[in-house]
Amino acid sequence: MIREIPVTRIQTAVETLLTEAAYRLPADYLAALEASAPAEPSPVGRQVIDLLLENSAYAQAEQIPTCQDTGMAMLFLEVGQDVHFTGGDVNAAIQDGVRAAYAGLRKSVVGDPIQRINTGDNTPGLIHYEIVPGDRVTLTALQKGFGAELMSRLQMFPPSVGVEGVVRFVVETIELAGPNACPPVIVGVGLGGSFDTVAHLAKKALLRPIGSTHPTPHLAALEADLLAAINRTGIGPQGLGGRVTALAVHIEAGATHIGALPVAVNLNCSAPRRASIEI
Amino acid sequence: MLTPPLTDTDLLSLRAGDAIRISGVIYTARDAAHKRMAELIERGEPLPVELAGQAIYYVGPAPAKTGHAIGPAGPTTSGRMDSYTIPLLRLGVKLLIGKGYRSPEVKAALVENRAVYAAAVGGAAALLARHIRSSRVVAWPELGTEAIHELTVEGFPAIVINDCHGGDAYADGRAAWEERGE
Ligand code: SF4
Repeated sequence: MIREIPVTRIQTAVETLLTEAAYRLPADYLAALEASAPAEPSPVGRQVIDLLLENSAYAQAEQIPTCQDTGMAMLFLEVGQDVHFTGGDVNAAIQDGVRAAYAGLRKSVVGDPIQRINTGDNTPGLIHYEIVPGDRVTLTALQKGFGAELMSRLQMFPPSVGVEGVVRFVVETIELAGPNACPPVIVGVGLGGSFDTVAHLAKKALLRPIGSTHPTPHLAALEADLLAAINRTGIGPQGLGGRVTALAVHIEAGATHIGALPVAVNLNCSAPRRASIEI
Repeated sequence: MLTPPLTDTDLLSLRAGDAIRISGVIYTARDAAHKRMAELIERGEPLPVELAGQAIYYVGPAPAKTGHAIGPAGPTTSGRMDSYTIPLLRLGVKLLIGKGYRSPEVKAALVENRAVYAAAVGGAAALLARHIRSSRVVAWPELGTEAIHELTVEGFPAIVINDCHGGDAYADGRAAWEERGE
């Protein structure tokens, strides 16, 4: 059975998700941040955590963005294979939703990476589609600040580096990022796949609820080991020293070639804006 | 409380890790404005604002909501300005405000030119904006959020990261809390 969904419905959903994400940080993130405070022995680290919580409450009450960098819009659509979009071009409808949402937000997008002229309306948003069974559409929006995006890294390792090599690379990424990524960070790790898909795995790891663990036991154990190693670095909130450098490490893994161990680390910051809706 | 233009006495007394408050006028500039300032300096032309003794805040503010002086305005990553910073320090800029690491060259130039780098809390942009009483664009409006804005601030909070004696609060903080071994 084909289910028809007018593209205007997608457009409105994109606009609403992005508008609200700007001032309302995800509840799972706020809970994780609050829970981290007692684990932070550094007084300045505690102050930073308290300030971030206060900032979030103030932004929500005033309905103003939590952070000035409302980022690039990233839209992830899981589209049921029985869905038929009607009434126009779904890509254009999504961009219209982005444009409307950013009318009152900062315009942070340039049209060409070399010439660098601001597009003036924060389009284009970056769109990812995935075909899934069923007749529903799950739309997830990320408003990705680029302080943390800039410090993200990818490496195609030989398999011989093993899990130790993965740990070294992830911790090194956090050390290089330090205060730049606005810690406490959320760490998305992609393992496996190919050069392009490993980056996508790392980004998808940031879509998971904070603190959720990987269903595969050895990857869940690696998530815990990585989090512990990262929080031993001493970088702390805002890089001013402390134990809460990351709130969570999420791994997404996939099949890969016998000759490689691709690793990607995508960081999210103290303003990890994410919102989701099922249509 | 620090009020630009800053004096040597102001700067010499500051130490890495100090919590400071800034009041008065500060200027915003990020990537695009830095690139233009660097080009002007290279050509020997004057900058659109007099920066001797002044503070530069690395920020691209969000648009103001009705009833607010400015939108959320937290710091952006300072390291992106490193390659443009030394000529500005030579012109007498005394206080840089942003977030994140500076290059060894910039840290040395802070000592040489008696200037200070401080960090505001990234991600706390909505609260930081409450310390900004007014904002107006003074150069390059076509750059949008990247234009140079003159901000009047009151008690704007920051933490000294690199002082003019070679102190480094990021290095100190990490050394104090790093767990070695295992
Ligand atoms: S990294 Fe995140 S919290 Fe920091 S300034 Fe950018 S968007 Fe804001």
